[in-house]
Amino acid sequence: MPHTATETPAEDGGSASKPQRIIKLGKTPDDSDKKSANRRLKDIEICVPMVCGTIAFYLGRKASESQSHKWTVYVRGATNEDLGVVVKHVVFQLHPSFNNPTRLVESPPFELSECGWGEFEIGISLFFHSDVCDKQLDLYHHLKLYPEDESGPQSTKKPVVVEAYNEIVFPDPSECFFSRVQNHPAVLVPRLPAGFSLPAAVPFENMNERGRGDTKDHPLSQWFMNFSEADELLKLAAARQQVQAHIVKLRRQLSVIDGMPQPLKPASSYECT
Amino acid sequence: MDAKDILGLPKTPLPITQEKKPRPQKDSQRKPDGISREVYALTGGLAPLMPSIDASQLKRRPPSDEKITWQWLPFTSSARKDNLQLYHWVRVVNGVPPTGDYSFAKYNKSVDVIKYTDEEYEKYLTDPMWTKEETDQLFDLCERFDLRFIVIADRFPTFRTVEELKDRYYSVSRAILIARAPSPGEVAGHPLVKEPYNVSQETERKRALSMVLSQTKQQERKDAEVLAEAKRIAESRMAAQGAEEPDLPVTSDIVPESVERAIGHGDTISPSSVQVPSAAVAPSTSIMADNASTLTSLRMLRVYLRTYALEQMVQAASSSAGLRTIKRVEQTLQDLGVNLKPKVPTKAVCAEHLELRKEILTLLNLQKQLQYKEAEGSSFRDGSYGDMPGTPKRSHRAVDQDRTFVPDAISFGGERAGKREQKRKGPGRVSETPSSPAHKRPRKMKASDL
Repeated sequence: MPHTATETPAEDGGSASKPQRIIKLGKTPDDSDKKSANRRLKDIEICVPMVCGTIAFYLGRKASESQSHKWTVYVRGATNEDLGVVVKHVVFQLHPSFNNPTRLVESPPFELSECGWGEFEIGISLFFHSDVCDKQLDLYHHLKLYPEDESGPQSTKKPVVVEAYNEIVFPDPSECFFSRVQNHPAVLVPRLPAGFSLPAAVPFENMNERGRGDTKDHPLSQWFMNFSEADELLKLAAARQQVQAHIVKLRRQLSVIDGMPQPLKPASSYECT
Repeated sequence: MDAKDILGLPKTPLPITQEKKPRPQKDSQRKPDGISREVYALTGGLAPLMPSIDASQLKRRPPSDEKITWQWLPFTSSARKDNLQLYHWVRVVNGVPPTGDYSFAKYNKSVDVIKYTDEEYEKYLTDPMWTKEETDQLFDLCERFDLRFIVIADRFPTFRTVEELKDRYYSVSRAILIARAPSPGEVAGHPLVKEPYNVSQETERKRALSMVLSQTKQQERKDAEVLAEAKRIAESRMAAQGAEEPDLPVTSDIVPESVERAIGHGDTISPSSVQVPSAAVAPSTSIMADNASTLTSLRMLRVYLRTYALEQMVQAASSSAGLRTIKRVEQTLQDLGVNLKPKVPTKAVCAEHLELRKEILTLLNLQKQLQYKEAEGSSFRDGSYGDMPGTPKRSHRAVDQDRTFVPDAISFGGERAGKREQKRKGPGRVSETPSSPAHKRPRKMKASDL
């Protein structure tokens, strides 16, 4: 039962357009004669930074025993770009106490909203387009409804937000995947060595029909976190420096011990002053 | 039973079928066939998996149709060349004594000592060091004493060492073998031909053995000390090598990953790949191997999460470390203010994180080494001086004191400073002898420095 929060714009939950019928550059999977675009690029890593998160609002006056919170679970691009270029659909596996706990979201933005009272692990399975990867990727996210700071009544205005940054890595992508996404903002693609030529990429034909898959103006975007690697890198570099300095010091001490002469005869006079 | 009491459950087993099941089992346990219960219990109460003796045979009485008597009868043995007749008890069945050779005659084995003719001697076996007479005597003794060279050497008329006798015997036998063989290829497999007796080697070996045997305790200790020193020097050399090239293990790790990124810079690839083998010289070879295999297994996956990759690499890097070491690494990370799992796990962040963990491991290893060296140093001193308490430890003291600073300084966060000190004091103070007045000095210095 694919559905999304009512606020998202242009979501075609049950409309005629079926985003799965994406034209794969004029090839079907059976078309293995044309191997060139199916060749894999070794030692090239395509990386898709993404964020997986939950946002939960306390319902306040409208809360009941069984439905105290309204929450949304989602997978978005780390810079809010459209993940649909890589991800075909997402399956969210909810707690068995939900009706139809297996929820398929067929097009971006990949999110799901529900009402409930309990916290649990949500299973998230990403399915990719066929030229990207034929294996699904599974991850988990813990749904947090109650804030850390338990003092005072819960606010209906300020949600509990938990986001986790991660990167989807494709270690040896196919050429056609590479050429298709090499200029897409959602995907990190390394520079190819000089002289490498790729077949010209044909974008998916019905990209425009689908509507926006990016989350830049998502209604919940005000709660999205910014993930910058700079801070962490700085901290790590500082820590490494400290550790390295200690290592040098210890090594010096060790060499002092080794350099010390070992007396083999009883010492004549070592005075312990 | 008590539990049932407490719970108020009925004591008797309820269904009757339960009672019947254990009984037949116990029955077979209780009644071993053929031997009495006490004897069976000697085996531990359990039958061996492969009974060596059929238990039923033990109590078997001889069949009643046989009449057994024991008679004192003479016997001869094929092992004897004289016709000596001895007597022994024989089990006679129905008046028929047993036939056959003496049962122990088959154990009379002897060595086939080669017998050469005089012609053969003239042709193949002459030797400047040996007369024919001596050689004949040697072979006669070999035959008599079954190649027990110690005895032969003792009985040899002229003085010859065991090695000389062996040498002569084996070379003569070898020469005869080769001479008599129809073709050299036929005897090539014979052990005498394949591996001739090596006199000098044997003499040397025996000399060395006797030297080791006759070493005094003092010498033994000296040897052990020299070996320990040599080991220490080798280790510190290895550690120094590792310190000189801290970049190499780092770069060579990042090389496989950065190759993907910097694939355009073909020239950078070759120097970095050249560095990889030299980095393997450092003790981190096993860690490198783990990393490489983890990387390959990651590449086998068509898709994976960066956090998963980091987990695998961290596991691989800490595979040689015990649980306690891993905990200490994590503690150090926390003290440094670093998240155990990076909040923004990008490629670069994960690489840095992994390297940091490895460096912390190195640090902890070095600390342990330092501790050991101190322990070794002080115990070695105690050993060589016999039981002399309060042996000079001044120089060690200085190092000791230095070392206690290291863990203090490692408490980067500052909160754990007090606890750390206490922890370190325990295991660290190996050379603590209450009698030595030198003890006071480091303490004082420490206080002032704090």
